[in-house]
Amino acid sequence: MTSLTQMPDLAISLRGIVKHYGTIVAVDGLDLDVPSGTCVGLLGPNGAGKSTTMKMLTAQVIANEGEIEVLGFTLPAQSKVARAEMGVVPQLDNLDTTLTVEQNLRVFAHLYRIGRDDRHAAVERALEIAHLTDRRTAKVDELSGGMRRRLLIARALVHRPRLLLLDEPTVGLDPQIRQELWALIDALRTEGTSILMSTHYIEEAQRLADTVTIMSNGKAVASGKPSELVLKHAGTEVLEVYGPPARLAEVEADAVAAGIRKRRTGTSIALMGIEGRNGDLPEGVRRPSNLEDVFVMLTGEEIG
Amino acid sequence: MSRVTSTAGSSLRGPEGETPRPELARTEGRNPSSGARIGRLEGSAIRGVLVREFTNFTSYWRSTTFSSTIDPTIYLLAFGFGFGTLVSQVNGLDYVDFVGTGVVATAVLFSSVFPSMFGTFVKYSFQHTYDAILAAPVDTEELVTAEALWMALRAGTYGCVPLLVAMVFGLQPSLGMLLVPPIAFISGFGWSCFGIMIAGLLKSIDNFNYVTSTVITPTFLVAGTFFPLSGLPEWAQIAGNFNPLHHTVELVRHAAFGWDVGADLLHLGALVLFAIVMWRLAIRAMERKLIT
Repeated sequence: MTSLTQMPDLAISLRGIVKHYGTIVAVDGLDLDVPSGTCVGLLGPNGAGKSTTMKMLTAQVIANEGEIEVLGFTLPAQSKVARAEMGVVPQLDNLDTTLTVEQNLRVFAHLYRIGRDDRHAAVERALEIAHLTDRRTAKVDELSGGMRRRLLIARALVHRPRLLLLDEPTVGLDPQIRQELWALIDALRTEGTSILMSTHYIEEAQRLADTVTIMSNGKAVASGKPSELVLKHAGTEVLEVYGPPARLAEVEADAVAAGIRKRRTGTSIALMGIEGRNGDLPEGVRRPSNLEDVFVMLTGEEIG
Repeated sequence: MSRVTSTAGSSLRGPEGETPRPELARTEGRNPSSGARIGRLEGSAIRGVLVREFTNFTSYWRSTTFSSTIDPTIYLLAFGFGFGTLVSQVNGLDYVDFVGTGVVATAVLFSSVFPSMFGTFVKYSFQHTYDAILAAPVDTEELVTAEALWMALRAGTYGCVPLLVAMVFGLQPSLGMLLVPPIAFISGFGWSCFGIMIAGLLKSIDNFNYVTSTVITPTFLVAGTFFPLSGLPEWAQIAGNFNPLHHTVELVRHAAFGWDVGADLLHLGALVLFAIVMWRLAIRAMERKLIT
């Protein structure tokens, strides 16, 4: 076992991870680091291998090749000790729906081995995190979608984990509830909890993540701070050109000829890194480059 | 191990910026190797799963207890008084006593194999409960063991109901009957593991019908519950020795009406063997299903 009198510098370290199911390769040589105390966003389109990667960190998926360390423990052999120190918020709500809010938290206080003397305080604390103290006796069935998601996050925090895994934490939620959850996750990050968050919402990654790893077809295709990734791949300015399909095809061909990076959106073509260029550009709307430009360019996926 | 520190003094504030918020997570370093050990079948993991089951049980115990009481009563009334008018004695026992003790095994089977088959599949496939449990410091081996223990406890309890009902109809209480709960527990553990194994092996809940028709129904009917196996053709009597429910029936009857030590040790051995083999097979099937 690794000597761990101090926290390891990396909360999570994946090296050369390969996972295949028969002939389907889900993860294909992935390297990924989560430095302690930071929030890393795992960004990728559906089917990129994000969920498979998340499940490897709790040893519910076993990699065919590569090395995984979580909180200094080698997986899968030492997975159970690592799991005692981490919290997991799953993509699919798996609360016990016939139990009350408080009962759900109490059960997980037992599963996470919180001692008898500390259990009550841990449950109270989790209720406060979820802002559900006054709904403690409500059955989960009676809660709104946002309340259920808050409870799901609080359940993962009941034992004060050093590492939190969030698998698509705000998928399918209203915008105002998403922002409320972002505030909660941001508070955790500020406190120094290490977080790995998979998402396919660009805005979520841009707001919460210190660094982002973009996955495509089971590989990490880019890694870094969101602002640096944007600068590197899409410059500072983008020109959005609208027009009929024939016109867009023309603009696209000109861009290729001029060596300008571009990406298609549904209704326009975006020319990237156009800062400093003037005369040779078509008519269009200038805007700052963003992470979505990078994401679409690197994964070849269009977002509606 | 203590994981909770005081929330006082936290500078974090809620979204409204007024009320102090609890500190969300522990961030100080600590030596993980001192607090947790890597072991198999840890008591705290099994206890955690049992607490979850027990807590859930508090929300549905009424319906379960109702059906566990009514079902054997109906069997006793139907067979005891229906057949009882045709058959007054079997193997030297009043037919009501014969059926009253035999139905214990039926109650054990039904209160273990169906909840384990359907419950395991629902928890795995529809509720994703096992995803949440396996993300906590609980391994599949501990999860399966705890689930089987829980259902065995229920089977050990509900298995006694037919005896109580039969007493209302004239069964004489005896000291040996105190051993019926542990017999029901061992048998219930085996059948729960059998159910978990089936849930782990089959891909669709619809396929459970095949198992019910080919395994459970014959098991339940040809166990010596309603008629003695001695009246059957020889091949069926031999097959009966491979039916764990038959061993359950024999042990319960002997507990109530007098031991046959040599035979009963064999019955007990067969039951324990069944429970252990099914336990390991259930763990293997669920590991294949849950860990990919």
